[in-house]
Amino acid sequence: MRTAPWINPLRDPRDKRLPRIAGPCGLVIFGVTGDLSRKKLMPAIYDLANRGLLPPGFALTGFARRDWATQDFGQVVYEAVQQHARTPFRQTVWDRLAEGFRFVPGSFDDDHAFDRLEETVRDLDRVRGTGGNHAFYLSIPPSAFPVVCKQLARSGLSAQSGDQWRRVVIEKPFGHDLASARELNAIVNDVFPEDSVFRIDHYLGKETVQNILAMRFANQLFEPIWNSHYVDHVQITMAEDIGLGGRAGYYDGIGAARDVIQNHLLQLLAFTAMEEPVSFSSAELRTEKVKILNATKLVGPLEETTARGQYAGGWQGGELVCGLTQEEGFDPASTTETFAAITCEVDTRRWAGVPFYLRTGKRLGRRVTEIAVIFKRAPHLPFDATMTEELGQNAFVIRVQPDEGVTMRFGSKVPGSQMEVRDVTMDFGYGTSFTEASPEAYERLILDVLLGEPSLFPVNEEVERSWEILDPVLEDWAARESGPNPYPAGSWGPASSNAMLARTGRSWRRP
Amino acid sequence: MIVDLPSSTTSAVNRKLVELRESGGVLALGRVLTLVIVTDDGGSIEGAIEAANSASREHPCRVIVLARGQRRAAPRLDAQIRVGGDAGASEVIVLRGYGQLADDEAGAAMVIPLLLPDAPIVAWWPGEAPAVPSRDAVGLLAQRRITDALSARNPLRAFEQRRANHVAGDTDLTWTRLTSWRALLATALDAPPHEAVTAATVVGEAVSPSTDLLAGWLAVRLNARVKRSPAKSGPGLVSVRLDRPSGPVELVRPDGRVGTLSQPGQPDRLVALARREVRDCLAEELRRLDPDEIYGAALAGVALVTRGRAPVRTPSPAAGS
Repeated sequence: MRTAPWINPLRDPRDKRLPRIAGPCGLVIFGVTGDLSRKKLMPAIYDLANRGLLPPGFALTGFARRDWATQDFGQVVYEAVQQHARTPFRQTVWDRLAEGFRFVPGSFDDDHAFDRLEETVRDLDRVRGTGGNHAFYLSIPPSAFPVVCKQLARSGLSAQSGDQWRRVVIEKPFGHDLASARELNAIVNDVFPEDSVFRIDHYLGKETVQNILAMRFANQLFEPIWNSHYVDHVQITMAEDIGLGGRAGYYDGIGAARDVIQNHLLQLLAFTAMEEPVSFSSAELRTEKVKILNATKLVGPLEETTARGQYAGGWQGGELVCGLTQEEGFDPASTTETFAAITCEVDTRRWAGVPFYLRTGKRLGRRVTEIAVIFKRAPHLPFDATMTEELGQNAFVIRVQPDEGVTMRFGSKVPGSQMEVRDVTMDFGYGTSFTEASPEAYERLILDVLLGEPSLFPVNEEVERSWEILDPVLEDWAARESGPNPYPAGSWGPASSNAMLARTGRSWRRP
Repeated sequence: MIVDLPSSTTSAVNRKLVELRESGGVLALGRVLTLVIVTDDGGSIEGAIEAANSASREHPCRVIVLARGQRRAAPRLDAQIRVGGDAGASEVIVLRGYGQLADDEAGAAMVIPLLLPDAPIVAWWPGEAPAVPSRDAVGLLAQRRITDALSARNPLRAFEQRRANHVAGDTDLTWTRLTSWRALLATALDAPPHEAVTAATVVGEAVSPSTDLLAGWLAVRLNARVKRSPAKSGPGLVSVRLDRPSGPVELVRPDGRVGTLSQPGQPDRLVALARREVRDCLAEELRRLDPDEIYGAALAGVALVTRGRAPVRTPSPAAGS
């Protein structure tokens, strides 16, 4: 972006202490009254300020249909920070941050409101010195994207000139199938060029996900066995124990596959399966990720290799919970799936013949996200069958959340006079201690937006390709007469998900 | 849990550690380093342990506190093991040596059997440090030696010793305290106009090693005349001014808490710039275990700095512009 070869004399690659602080800039949040904004964005902004990573003079502008003055907005942020911030509250930090708060009331179709927003932003450049650099965080339903984008263009808010930048941040869902994703990308790209669009997938901001790359490419230990010679199959799981009460408006008709598999799980698959990038620059990382997504496809026949379910009521963990169709706001005849599992394969020399099983669901046994690489059995065992009865397959598990870390499972001799081998696990729990000090995903991602560092954000090519992978499943499910299979709340999904693995003699790991 | 082992030996301590792990089953093994804290026996121990525990949440480590007790006493080792809630994410072993065991060599010999296998060793002197840390008995064991000139009885003399005896692997918390200042200054130069700095002025308390060090850093990095002047008022480092053809970039912190950044053609901006606490500094130090070459260069750069005699008046604290 910078043309003149300017080298800052105060920076030095060996000077690893110096953090990168964002240059002068401001952030405008649309939909500032929402849950995400209060629980994640505002606390993350405070935490960044507390760590000294926001520029002096940083400005935070809220836009919503509320009859608020700036003080009211400040109070909302204050409460959000008090409740949800990770780092301790410091008055001096808060005072400096609060000076940069602005609030503009209005609805998305109100031209005057956007003109006022434009004036506010221009005024911030003058008073706070934000230098014409502004990011717009669209924490709003995608149906509102077209009108907001149009307004940003009309009021001149999206126009970039010279050294100044304007960026837009959008949250999932990025469409609900390939066609709608393309449409959405077209609307956004009409106003903002692709390098100014930051799509947030908060999983990619997590330390453990970034650690997958470090684990794989910084070590000699794992990479030699990271291929179809040694790996039998891979299971990627994202399970939640909560239900969908209160989220009907968003979830009904969308379902687990669109909500989680299309973005989070396929991204985790890409990180697990990708080849080594030439460097860690964002362009190189994306090249490798797109390559692996292009090589990924579904395994058929879909009625046998996919599974979907819907939770039914029951006792879960000492609590009586209702089924999806009884949840408030859901259609009692809803066929929205709350559990989805698919089988993919990656057509590369490294992965040929290795199935990747992806599953996600609500109201499952516990909240856990993990990537389990299951290895083949040793080709020859110099033991007789009774000695290794209890020996399973070796496994390498990356625990993404909670309890971040790595588990390895291998065989070990049972103490005693006989030679018996059974599975033991070895845990690496860097996470247990480092989570407290490690930044929230949103901190990292917001900072990267302000710095213009795009490597942790999926580009539209990745988004569209992910839909291309998933669309046949969605179409197949929609065409079937039978709906999702019910499964009791608190279990690990419907019987069909076990059958899906059993057909090849495999079984799901209990995470 | 705190276990006291009076009149003990290090092998008894090791045995007890294994026993605690087997009976409690809770001690994590995933430690990334051993932190050896060398201090005099007294009230300052607890503050240092607290800082180490807090830093251990980011860097799980074994903490060995070498507390030197009375020299004129019969040789005796009182050990104490702290695990679980009393030790953050670390395990803390306090070794109080009396008599001949309060000597440096004997102290180092007590530390050796308790070091984690194959993990890096960091030595930290929270108070008075040896004149040449790299030749100290404990310092010789460690890859990284952390000192703090500011907490020495005579900060200026301690800082002179650091300059004279620096070797790769040494760092001082006076340097760590500057990180936020350095980051702000570097960021200010990141943005256009991209001009060379023609001269720089650093103002701070007369006794403020950090101020000298920042001037040294600027002198090395900028290749320009850097002047260091005493401040009329204000604690520690008070202001930095970088002159450029289009006008100066100035960062002023008159009250030790809030700084003002001013640049030509831009409104003054306030920034929270409180003096960093020891535990934050320690956590930053433990983040990197390789030698800090930039610090070494900054120490050498102190010799290039011009000394101003006349005290400089600080602009009055910015009143929320």
